[in-house]
Amino acid sequence: MGLIMRVTLIGVVLAGIAGLFLYAGGWFTPHALSPALMINTLEQTGGLHPGFRRNHAKGVCISGYFESNGRGVALSKATVFLPGRVPVIGRFALAGGQPYAADAPQTVRSLAILFKLPDGEEWRTGMNNIPVFPVNSAQGFYELLQASAPDHATGKPDPVKMNAFLTRHPESAKAMQLIHSQPVSSGFADSAYNSLNAFHFINAQGAVVPVRWSMVPAQPFEPFDMAAARRSDTNQLFDALIAGIHGRPLQWHLVITVGEPADPTDDATIPWPASRQQVDVGTLTIERVESEDTSPARDINFDPLMLPDGIASSDDPLLSARSAAYAQSFTRRESEPKAPSAVSTAETGK
Amino acid sequence: MANPAQFTLLSRILHWLMAAMLLAMLFIGVSMVASLGNYHRLVAIHRPLGIMILILAAIRLVNRMFTTLPPFPPTMSQRERFFASASERLLYTLMFALPLVGWGMLSAGHYPIVMFGPVHLPPILPADPMLYAALRKTHTVLAYLLFATFLFHLSTVLFHTLIIRDRLLHRMALWSFRSRKGKT
Repeated sequence: MGLIMRVTLIGVVLAGIAGLFLYAGGWFTPHALSPALMINTLEQTGGLHPGFRRNHAKGVCISGYFESNGRGVALSKATVFLPGRVPVIGRFALAGGQPYAADAPQTVRSLAILFKLPDGEEWRTGMNNIPVFPVNSAQGFYELLQASAPDHATGKPDPVKMNAFLTRHPESAKAMQLIHSQPVSSGFADSAYNSLNAFHFINAQGAVVPVRWSMVPAQPFEPFDMAAARRSDTNQLFDALIAGIHGRPLQWHLVITVGEPADPTDDATIPWPASRQQVDVGTLTIERVESEDTSPARDINFDPLMLPDGIASSDDPLLSARSAAYAQSFTRRESEPKAPSAVSTAETGK
Repeated sequence: MANPAQFTLLSRILHWLMAAMLLAMLFIGVSMVASLGNYHRLVAIHRPLGIMILILAAIRLVNRMFTTLPPFPPTMSQRERFFASASERLLYTLMFALPLVGWGMLSAGHYPIVMFGPVHLPPILPADPMLYAALRKTHTVLAYLLFATFLFHLSTVLFHTLIIRDRLLHRMALWSFRSRKGKT
């Protein structure tokens, strides 16, 4: 081999490795859908609010405990299901990227919970009060964000864009019909919060079952009273939640829905049949409420794939995408100075 | 030209094992931060592999302290020897620093540090948003520095082996070259 050939060979090897590295890091595909692009899009549609979550930005922190009744042990070996109590911290929030938006009854409500297991393991879950998720892929979520972005001229979403989105994504059209057919409850306390994504439970014998779970309120359902709504109170939903918890602890039943082999685990827009086995595995009790300004829950990433042994991800592509996007949002907001939460310490102390 | 003296077999095995793990780790790391679909799968490998690298780095350091190195070949100038030693020190530092910064970053970010199954590590730093943010940035900067140092290391070995043809690679090779001189 001649000298020039050998020099060329070295150049090709070095450039090849460096090129592969940059390619793997997405340097040559800046327009591909990445965690950074997803969060950029949320920042564009909701406005940039440094220090806040890029989605579900307006929230309040809570703590209490989960008391397992032991019935979950047959389904999962996770220690959270052994009979007994584990402490929890969490956060109620409203969907959207605007931390100071006025509470609206139709806005999606969320409950995020971190179960602190006795051996140092953690289970984090983020749940919404909708029966199914409006999209079944990261690409769908990205397109939905763009279609529902407020138009510059009107300040409202462009119906033409939304219709185009629904035509392209019939699964979303179906899911949204189901979501809008649900009656709106009076507040956070009488809402049910659903995992939406499917997961796998693995028991001590190694048996794997697909599951979805819900936090079903012990508080009786009351429809939202549009006439009596205090329109002047921008925090009406949060204020009602705070007053409720100060009155007496609020409770939810953790209900596991066990899927059957035919049930889709990779499509969060499709509900499972109502006839599926449901197991009430314990009760979540929320005793305290605290502003984000003082609670450690502000600086927790409620990544739905932070799971204990005995609970695992399914093949739902939204799970990995949520995990990646939450990490991106977390890293950005943790590096930013913090502004006070709309639900202030004065508010939570009332 | 006769083959140069080799590193001990243990040193050579540790070297190539570490090389494979570091290169895999760099590619996993740079891919996962840009990926939505494979993020979870990659991060689940990234964490335990990082801790394995930390353990292997400690084993290598002990091995390095208790073995005699083969002398530099005469084809290496004083300046090259200086840069070879400096880059070796930098690589060792990064082999320790990257996993430790990663572990510290997860601790400061209040993340559970899951290895596999129920096995997880304790936090090594208190939860602190600004500390998390600083360590997260440091982790990226050090990873790119490691990749650049690796490229430098590889380019010098290739230059000596292919251009000067002093069989520098033989010092670290797991296979054995037959000496061309020996054949004639």
